[in-house]
Amino acid sequence: MNKQRICVLLVGLAFLSYGIYTKEYTRVMRKAITICLECIGIG
Amino acid sequence: MGSLQSSLSGVILHFPFYVLGLLIVFGVLFGRLICGWACPFGLVQELLYKLPTPKIKLSPTIQRFTILKYIITVLFLVVLPLAYYYIDGIGIPAFCKFICPAGTLEAALPLAAVKPNIRNALGMLFGWKLAVLMTVIITSTCIYRPFCRFLCPLGAIYSLFNRLSVYGIKVDLVKCIGCDKCLHHCPMQCHKVGDRECINCGACAEVCPTKAISLGKK
Repeated sequence: MNKQRICVLLVGLAFLSYGIYTKEYTRVMRKAITICLECIGIG
Repeated sequence: MGSLQSSLSGVILHFPFYVLGLLIVFGVLFGRLICGWACPFGLVQELLYKLPTPKIKLSPTIQRFTILKYIITVLFLVVLPLAYYYIDGIGIPAFCKFICPAGTLEAALPLAAVKPNIRNALGMLFGWKLAVLMTVIITSTCIYRPFCRFLCPLGAIYSLFNRLSVYGIKVDLVKCIGCDKCLHHCPMQCHKVGDRECINCGACAEVCPTKAISLGKK
């Protein structure tokens, strides 16, 4: 169980690190501060 | 979920490394502890369930439909956004657009209340989403957390990590006498403590006669 946990966690951290490296988080934050027309039923 | 869908929406597809990475890290750390202790829409459902209305325990046949949340996750978070992208040239966040009652309750209604230009733009899609919200609200008064059990894609994803998670509910098998009191009192009607439906609420720990169940680091 611990080995599985560590492997999955490493995959997650690798994805996260790559996302930060490619500045994907800026796209996420930009989306987060914009009113989502789909979410409010206008879309 | 919105961020995940937006990677497959728009005019350019992106593999959502950052969002998936966050989901995996939070999933491995907490599993569905997040559903039980952090989710605001979970709170809304729990408060509605406290109303003095008749309560319904779901039959095993109906409980099988909890698989629906996995189908919704695949269909509305991946298949439909990609389908729209390849057909129209632009993907859509399908779960947000067609289902999400949390978006209706926490965004659409407050914004419509204070902004006349948004209120004037609302149409049939809002009507449909409002109907979904009202259905979840009404069923929440008599069924425990129906959205979490049948519809929520985030719960579906986190449920895959429930057994792996660092923090959550754990059973001391030495102390356990197999009385199943935990399962009889489980509001999510889990088949086993800590299974995929378990939101780590701790209700089982409270009733365990031998204190074999605890919430913490596994």
